[in-house]
Amino acid sequence: MIRINCPYCGLRGHDEFSYIGDATKQRPASPADATAAEWHDFVYIRDNPRGPHQEIWQHIQGCRAFVRVLRNTLTHEVLATGLPQDDLLAGASGPAKTEEAKTGEAS
Amino acid sequence: MAEYSAFNLLRNAISGHKDWRRAWRDPEPKKQYDVIIVGAGGHGLASAFYLAKNHGIRNIAVLEKGYLGGGNTGRNTTIVRSNYMLEENAHFYEKSLQLWEQLSQELNFNVMFSQRGVTNLAHSDNQMDAFARRGNTMRMNGIDAELLDRAQVRREMPYLDFSDNARFPIYGGLKQPRGGTARHDAVAWGLARGADRLGVDIIQNCEVIGFKQKGNRITAVETSRGEIGCERIGFAVAGHTGHLAAKLGMKLPIESHVLQAFVSEPLKTLIDTVVTYGAGHFYVSQSDKGGLVFGGDIDMYNSYAQRGNTPMIEHVVSAGLAMIPSLSRLRILRHWGGIMDMSMDGSPIIGKSPIDNLYLNCGWCYGGFKATPGSGWVFAHTIANDQPHAINAGLTLDRFERGRMVDERGAGPYPNRH
Repeated sequence: MIRINCPYCGLRGHDEFSYIGDATKQRPASPADATAAEWHDFVYIRDNPRGPHQEIWQHIQGCRAFVRVLRNTLTHEVLATGLPQDDLLAGASGPAKTEEAKTGEAS
Repeated sequence: MAEYSAFNLLRNAISGHKDWRRAWRDPEPKKQYDVIIVGAGGHGLASAFYLAKNHGIRNIAVLEKGYLGGGNTGRNTTIVRSNYMLEENAHFYEKSLQLWEQLSQELNFNVMFSQRGVTNLAHSDNQMDAFARRGNTMRMNGIDAELLDRAQVRREMPYLDFSDNARFPIYGGLKQPRGGTARHDAVAWGLARGADRLGVDIIQNCEVIGFKQKGNRITAVETSRGEIGCERIGFAVAGHTGHLAAKLGMKLPIESHVLQAFVSEPLKTLIDTVVTYGAGHFYVSQSDKGGLVFGGDIDMYNSYAQRGNTPMIEHVVSAGLAMIPSLSRLRILRHWGGIMDMSMDGSPIIGKSPIDNLYLNCGWCYGGFKATPGSGWVFAHTIANDQPHAINAGLTLDRFERGRMVDERGAGPYPNRH
């Protein structure tokens, strides 16, 4: 079982979550103006890294919130978790960030 | 060559089995090859075998990071079938099935191909309609298919849940009588021996570290056993295609996922065919050693770890129990995981790449094993002629850009749903 630290509910088994996918893919900012190549990149192309991977899970059997997870695809180790908009690669360690989010929500 | 024959078995028995030749050599890599295939699994070995046999290219190396057949070739549930409906898939998988039918003779190596039939169960009127359509399409493409009603399924597979308690009652099924199973290790060994006898160098423990490029061509491969030059190069590395492509700065419409498979303790003959669940994802057959070989869904999250997780084991087993309640007292003997190259439409990519002399053979999702000989046959053709064969012409990399998806399941661009 992979254990994911939900920002709202704390540490839970991954069977409570539903996997959404690669968190780094951004929908073209201006859909009407986006080129076919930009849509192709967004819809089909993946970095598919062997190592740290940023992904979105939904806590479907808990608070139903979307959670951003930095996970090593080679070992399944969860390296950091946060809110969907969080930049998990930027310095701050995951658990600390998660704590902030948790207190923020509680207050 | 018929090296494995009754006469030779007798002769070697008399001489104490000391004179058998090695099945394949263990050569040092040469400086330069006409073709390098990366990956000595079924697909890579079949590609080398057919390049040498059908196209007369003998100066070939197959590079393997680990040991031959140690990846998905030895990790699948050994099912072979060609019950596809879409034009781009149907002819390709049917060619593969026809190659399976002659593979043991072609290789003089028993791959234990057993055409015991493959039946997909239907659990609603709508599913029966969909299966009738699929079966008719298959027959129009010259592929065998039989629509079975509930009574026929019951006669063939009395162990399925036909009680009033069945959560998803069985309405019937679609059977492909020519489908079946093969011995997966024997396929790798037979192809390795066949390719080796035609002069192909199979180089194990040789990891590809990087590439030397000149213009839009790959001139050499940097490996853990030194630099090896090549005229043309093909990737047949399944779940690790993205990893190799990244070394070339290339991104693909592929995600790597882990799929688990299981073997139960051995038991007397129970299941003499291959049967799949239509209301969930479960497929099962019985090996010659007696163990039930089965599997279900992938674990759903990106993974390069060759091991899965417990929730999926429970999910797969509960689907199996809903289909065959008598399995409840069986114990699982072992289980393992393999890395699937899940493509964005669920169909494989076999063809040219953006790099002039690089050819891709990837995106096999769950279905690579059955395609082994067909994949090698068309990949060899593609590499030798620098253009795809008619039967893999629709399975190109650029189909995603052009909006010509081959989405057999109609699941959309979500790799974990195919």
